[in-house]
Amino acid sequence: MKRLIRLRVNGEPVETAVPPNRTLLEMLRDDLGLTGAKEGCGEGDCGACTVLLDGLPVSSCLVLALQAEGREVVTVEGLAREGQLDPLQQAFVEEGGVQCGFCTPGMLLAATSLLAANPDPSEQEIREAIAGNLCRCTGYQKIVESIRRAARRGP
Amino acid sequence: MSREFQVLGGRAPRVDARDKVTGRALYAADLKRPGMLFGALVHSPLAHARIVRVNADRALRLPGVKAVLLGKDVPQVRFGVSPARYDETVLAQDKVRYAGDEVAAVAAVDAETALAAAALVEVEYEELEAVLDAPAAMAPGAPKLHDMYPGNICAEVHQEFGDVARARGQAEVIRQDTFTSKMQSGAFLEPQCALAEFDHAGRLTLWSATQTPHYVQRTLAMVLGLPEHRVRVVKPYVGGGFGPKASASSMEIATCLLARATGRPVKTVFSREQVFLHGRARHQFRHEMETGIRRDGTLVFLEHRAVLDGGAFASFGIATVYYSGSLLGGPYRLPNMKYDGWRVVTNKPACGAQRGHGAVHARALFEQQLDLLAEEIGMDPIELRLKNVMQAGDVTCNDLNMSSLGMRECIEAVRADCGWDEKRLERRPAGRGIGMACGFFVSGAGYPIYRSRTPHCTVRVRVDENGGGVHVLSGAAEIGQGSDTMLATITAEALGIPLDLVTVFSGDTDLALDLGAYSSRTTLMTGHAAKEAAESVLRQILEALARAAGEPAEDFSFVRGLLHLRGAPYLNEAIRAEFQKEHRGFGGLPAEGPLTFREVSRFAFLERGLIIGTGQYRPPPLGGGFKGAAVGTSPAYGCSAQVAEVAVDLETGQVKVLRITGAHDCGQAVNRTQVEGQMHGSMSMGHGEALYEQVLFDARGRIQNPNLSDYKIPTALDSPELKALIVESHEPNGPFGAKEVGEGGIMPTIPAILNAIRDATGVVIDELPATPERVLAGIRKLGRPR
Repeated sequence: MKRLIRLRVNGEPVETAVPPNRTLLEMLRDDLGLTGAKEGCGEGDCGACTVLLDGLPVSSCLVLALQAEGREVVTVEGLAREGQLDPLQQAFVEEGGVQCGFCTPGMLLAATSLLAANPDPSEQEIREAIAGNLCRCTGYQKIVESIRRAARRGP
Repeated sequence: MSREFQVLGGRAPRVDARDKVTGRALYAADLKRPGMLFGALVHSPLAHARIVRVNADRALRLPGVKAVLLGKDVPQVRFGVSPARYDETVLAQDKVRYAGDEVAAVAAVDAETALAAAALVEVEYEELEAVLDAPAAMAPGAPKLHDMYPGNICAEVHQEFGDVARARGQAEVIRQDTFTSKMQSGAFLEPQCALAEFDHAGRLTLWSATQTPHYVQRTLAMVLGLPEHRVRVVKPYVGGGFGPKASASSMEIATCLLARATGRPVKTVFSREQVFLHGRARHQFRHEMETGIRRDGTLVFLEHRAVLDGGAFASFGIATVYYSGSLLGGPYRLPNMKYDGWRVVTNKPACGAQRGHGAVHARALFEQQLDLLAEEIGMDPIELRLKNVMQAGDVTCNDLNMSSLGMRECIEAVRADCGWDEKRLERRPAGRGIGMACGFFVSGAGYPIYRSRTPHCTVRVRVDENGGGVHVLSGAAEIGQGSDTMLATITAEALGIPLDLVTVFSGDTDLALDLGAYSSRTTLMTGHAAKEAAESVLRQILEALARAAGEPAEDFSFVRGLLHLRGAPYLNEAIRAEFQKEHRGFGGLPAEGPLTFREVSRFAFLERGLIIGTGQYRPPPLGGGFKGAAVGTSPAYGCSAQVAEVAVDLETGQVKVLRITGAHDCGQAVNRTQVEGQMHGSMSMGHGEALYEQVLFDARGRIQNPNLSDYKIPTALDSPELKALIVESHEPNGPFGAKEVGEGGIMPTIPAILNAIRDATGVVIDELPATPERVLAGIRKLGRPR
C-alpha cells in the first residue's frame, strides 16, 4: 500500500507516493531521478548515499522515505546554484578531491554539514566529519585539502 | 625538440570533475532503459557440492518473473581470462566450486521480485569435501576442483636466471624468511553492475562497470556465439576497479542471456556481499625467500618460492604467479634469481589481479629482508639500497629493460623530505619507528591476454567540422584513474591548443580498440596513440593552411590555440574574413590578433573536407625468449620509494601510521595533481592491506565478513598524512616521456610500514595484516620493547 508524502528536496516541494518499505535512497534515485546519491553497500557502512536531512548527514539507505515526510532533503544535485558550483564543489574540482567520483556526492554533503556548523574546522575535525564516508581512491589527502580550501574561502 | 609544455605537466582540473561534483556523472546503476527488467543470481551456499537437481517452477510462478535460467539453459562455452585456462561457465553445470558460485539467473519486473524469485529456485546439492587452503589443495589425494588441474595446480613457474647455486657460495650473509598474506577485496565503492539490451537487428549492447570493455566484448561474443561486431560494450563512469573489474563475469554474461531470453533490457546490480563473493581481487600468498649479500652490501642472489591460493577459478592467476617472481628482478642489480611458484585452486571465491598485480607481497618480504640484511652488516637501509640500485639503461637478470629509471632520485627525494638521516639517529619516544622500501612496476603489459599481434589500442582524433575543437575517440577505460584527462591533455599538447578545445569520448567498443585499464598501461599506450592521431590532424590542418599562405607547413604551429609562423603570431586576413562572414550573428568571434585554432581548423575543413587523424600503439618486441618472459616485460617501468613513520602502542600492539612520504618516477608528469592522487591512492591501499584488510572464511568456506564494516579499509581517521613527491625522468618509449603511476606506488607501502614497525618494536611481521594481536604477540615474544 503506497502512501503519499510531502517533503522538500533541494528547496523544491515534492509530493510522491511510496510503499512503506521504500528507503529514502530508493525514492531519490528511482522515483525522483536524483541519481547523485550512490549505493555502495546498502548497509550504512560506506557513506556513498549520504544526503542532508534537515541539514544533518544521514545514510539515505538506512532511512525510510516515510521518515522524510515534511522534512528538508538536500542531495548533491542541490549544491550548485544557477550553474555555479558552490565553494566545496569548486575546491574538490581544483584540489583533485575527485577520482572515481562514487564517494564524492556523499563526501560533499558530509562536508557541507560540517562547514555549516563549523566554518573553520581543524584537520582533525574534517577527518572526523568524513570518517563515515569511505573513499578507496584518494587516501583522503586531497579530500581533506579540498574541504580546508573551501573553508578558507568561505561560503 | 625542446619546448616548454603548454598543457602537459600542469594541474588542470580533471575533465570529468564537474560532472562528478554535481551528481551528473552517470554510473551503470544510474542507467535505465524503457521496459527494463531486473536480474538476480542464485548463489551456492556450499563450497563444494554436486548439483543433484534444480527446480525453477516455484520461481517461475511468482508474478512478475519473466525468465529463469539454469545451468542447462546457458551456453556451455568455457571462458576466463587466459585462453589456456578457460575454466568458467556462466552458470554451474555439474557442480559448484565455492560458496557463492552462480547456479541460476532470474529476470523480473523489479529488483525485489527478482530477488524473491532467486530465493524460490530450489537446488538440491550433494556436498563434497572442500579444500579451503593451499596446503590442503596440494596434499596427496586432495579432492579435485577441476579435471583440467591435476593436483589442483592451476599454474606453476620454474625459472632461474644466473646461477643461484654458485652464487650462494659467494654470499657472505644469507637470510631465509617466510611471509603470508590474506585474500583481499578490491573494496571499490561502486559494486559491479551490468545492463544489457538487444536491438531489433539482434545487436547486443552491454553497459557495464568494467575496466576492460574489449575483453568483455570478446567474451560475450565467444559465449553467446555472436560475431564481435554484433556486440557493443560501453563503460559508463566507473566507481573504481583496481583490478577485480578487469575481466568478464558470469553476472555480465547472464544479464545478456536474460535480455536475450526475455527480449527486454535487463539490469543486474551486485550487492556488496556479491562483490565479495565474486572476488577476483588479490590472492593469498605465501612466500619463502633466501637472499644473500656480501658484507659490503652487494646483492648476490635470491631464491624464491611462492604458493598462491587462487580460489575456484584461474582468472588472472597465471599472470599473477609469473608477476610474483618476475617483478623482483629490479630495481636492484640482482645477478642471480631463482623462482618457483605454484598457483593452486581452492573452494573459495576466485582471486585475480589487484593494484600491483602479483608483486606486492613478494616485494613486501624482499624489502623486509633487505632491512634485516642491512642491520646484520651494520649498514643504513637506504645505503644498502643505493649500493644496489639500477639506473636507466640497465637490464635485469630476467631481461626487463629499464629504459628510464629514477630509482636513485626517488630514494634521495624521500630521504631528504622526511628527514631520514636525522630521524634514524635521534632518540625517539618508545614505540615510534621509521622504515623505508622501494619498488617498481610495469607501464603496460607487453602482450595482450589472448595471443595476438593486435595493436593494444587505436585512437581517432576528429576535427570538429565547425572549427569547435577536436574529439578524441578512444576505447580506453576511465575508471577514476584519470585516463580521459590524460587523453585530453596529450591531445591538447600535441596540437598546441587549450584543454577545453578537446572533448574525449571513451570506454565504448564502437569507438575504438583498447585493451582496457589494467597493468598501468593507458598513459603510455593509449597516450601514445592519441599523440600520434593528434599529430596527424595537426599536419593535415597545417598543410591546408600552408597552401593558402604560401609558407611551408612545418613552419606553422599553434601556441595555446593561436597560430604562429616561425615562432611569431600569424594572421591571415582572408581566412579571418571568411570565418567572420560565415558567422554573421554570432558573438565572441576572434576579431584581432593571430588566427585561432577555430578559424584555421574550419578553414582546413573547407579546403579538404573531414579531417581525422588515427593513431595506434603496439609495443616493440620485448624481453627474453624463456617461458613466461611475456609476463613482466613492458615498454617502460615506473618506480617508487617510500618512508613510513609509525607509532606502536606497546601495551596493545595497535599501530598508527603517522605519515607516508612517497616519491614516484612517472616519467614526464601529464597532470601533477592526478599523479599525486594515484600515489596517495596506492599508499592508502597498501596501508589498509598492511594493517587491516583480510577476507575471513569459516570452516566451511563461507565468507565471514562480506561487508565494509567487518572488512576494514582505511577511513579518513585511520589515514596518515600522505606526501607525494613527483620525480620526473624522460621515458623514451612514452608519449612526451610519460609512463605509469597507477600501480607502482603501492609497491613500497607494505614493507615500508612493516620495516617501521620493526624499527619501533623489533618485531618482524611475517603474516598480514599486522593486527594489534599479531604485533603484541611479537612484542611479548621478544620479552621487552626495543
